[in-house]
Amino acid sequence: MIPIPVPTARREAWRLPALRHVATLLGALIVGTAVVVAIFAPLLAPHDPFAQNLDLRLIPPVWMDGSQPAHLLGTDQLGRDYLARLIYGTRVSMLIGVLTVVTSGLIGITLGILGGFYGGWTDDAVMFLITCRLSIPLILVALTVVALVGSSLTVVILTLGLLLWDRFAVVARTTTMQVRNLDYIAAARAAGASRAHILLREVLPNIVHHLVVVATLEMALAILLEAALSFLGLGVPPPLPSWGLMIAEAKEYMFFSPWVIMIPGIALFVLVLGINLLGDGLRDMLGTRLER
Amino acid sequence: MTAPVDEPVLSIANLRVAFGRRSEAVRGLSLTVARGETHCMVGESGCGKSVSALSVMNLLVRGATRSADHIRFQGQDLLGLSERDMARLRGDKIAMIFQEPMTSLNPAYTIGSQLAEVFERHRRSGRRRALDRAAGLLERVGITAPGMRLGQYPHQLSGGLRQRVMIAMALMCEPELLIADEPTTALDVTVQAQILRMLQKLQHELGLALLLITHDLGVVARMADRVSVMYAGQVVESGTVPEMFAAPAHPYTQGLLACIPVPGTARTGEPLGSIPGVVPRIPPGFIGCGFRDRCAFAMPECAEPVPLRDAGGDHAYLCRLQPGWQQAAA
Repeated sequence: MIPIPVPTARREAWRLPALRHVATLLGALIVGTAVVVAIFAPLLAPHDPFAQNLDLRLIPPVWMDGSQPAHLLGTDQLGRDYLARLIYGTRVSMLIGVLTVVTSGLIGITLGILGGFYGGWTDDAVMFLITCRLSIPLILVALTVVALVGSSLTVVILTLGLLLWDRFAVVARTTTMQVRNLDYIAAARAAGASRAHILLREVLPNIVHHLVVVATLEMALAILLEAALSFLGLGVPPPLPSWGLMIAEAKEYMFFSPWVIMIPGIALFVLVLGINLLGDGLRDMLGTRLER
Repeated sequence: MTAPVDEPVLSIANLRVAFGRRSEAVRGLSLTVARGETHCMVGESGCGKSVSALSVMNLLVRGATRSADHIRFQGQDLLGLSERDMARLRGDKIAMIFQEPMTSLNPAYTIGSQLAEVFERHRRSGRRRALDRAAGLLERVGITAPGMRLGQYPHQLSGGLRQRVMIAMALMCEPELLIADEPTTALDVTVQAQILRMLQKLQHELGLALLLITHDLGVVARMADRVSVMYAGQVVESGTVPEMFAAPAHPYTQGLLACIPVPGTARTGEPLGSIPGVVPRIPPGFIGCGFRDRCAFAMPECAEPVPLRDAGGDHAYLCRLQPGWQQAAA
């Protein structure tokens, strides 16, 4: 017998199919920028977002007549620098988006995996909770809570976090059901793995690419909901700069100064679009890697 | 906990597994596996082979109930063991290999991490030591370039390689008992032969007690010391391999043997032996021979309790027919 040489250790190069997708890259760019802006807001903002100057109210942005170079995006109805408020508003939006997803993800994924894995009455209980949650009108409850407790960033995050877990639970439950009867789960049990180990290290990594997509959807939804609540005056309390609040405050001036409503509106649209594009891309990437 | 020398590694007595009131998958199974011995369980699909194996591990699906006089492992009765103590034995002293190598490895982790984990869990070892042991074992199960394989994911390996990895994983903690549930059924013949030879070699080297489940009498002939032929949840015939192949005493065993074409002897056009029908589902409380609806020698008295007959030596079978009936029939 003559041995044939084995190819030497060569790790498969980390493929990035996302590079092929301009859309994913664009999404990543938008979300990345938003994260950086949110973290370094104090360094990036040209002015104090709370400083009012009633002499310089409703100055138009730099590409319009009558603009001032000190205020690139102009000022609002109280003379606050619009760019600074937009930058700090990113912080509020991202904070709400991330923390809401973390809270609702923890609740939803825990419930979903438990129900999907154990089945039986555990699953019945989880399904009952999901049904209950789905029959609660989200906006109305959020409004009621804010009206009762008063509005603050924490209240908005908690309310949304405690309400938005249903999709996590549904997706985690169905994907867990697909995974739980696979042979490697049985093999792990036969190798002496504990229940916790099986749920966290065998099941979770194999459903996480589905959950990432849900997370991006929920994050976009949370950001939009916060904007809606703030618009209704029941979200983030003024003078905190939130995009929804900026839109709400701008609506009285939109006929003569349309940019005050357009700028935060566009920011909101672009961020939500970016998150969704990134989510789609991540699904393709993780999905192909695990199921190839 | 040192067992007496002549104590078998595994001893099952009168095991019964029922799925609710509708069916009883295992009906009074008894067998023993000694150290260094290979005990084969043969039979068609649905005979209760896998269920028996899983009930030793206490890994039956929900809704299945097991009962037995005892299931002793190294003198310790597994029936009374808590789930925690049982989990401590699984993968450590008792290891199991499954039929489907393609899906038995978790796609989310590298081979190395899955192998190392078993060792870390049971031996409280560090990652480095566990990976060293994993590399050593991969080499023993005949995998070249183990260092490279450790960093690969399951989808990068072929079926034969994955089954070798599964075997290496089962051996990580030097088990006393290895239960292999159709380990080569999903593989093609050449790979099958390699895996079996490797398994046999490892068994001799490590002194493993091997409980091998298969439906392939060819595998039995080359691997087994003892055989238990299962039908409808019962051992219908048991004995050493030479006894069994020389004089199959149960009509079912004869039928199984007749299903194998022997190259050179089987002629084209001559019908291959087959057993008509399928394995029935047996409800609890069933009396008589489970094979009577497919048996060419069935008589009305087959619906009465069936005696266990001694065919000499360790050879025994469960049938109304007297020893030596084969000659009389021929």
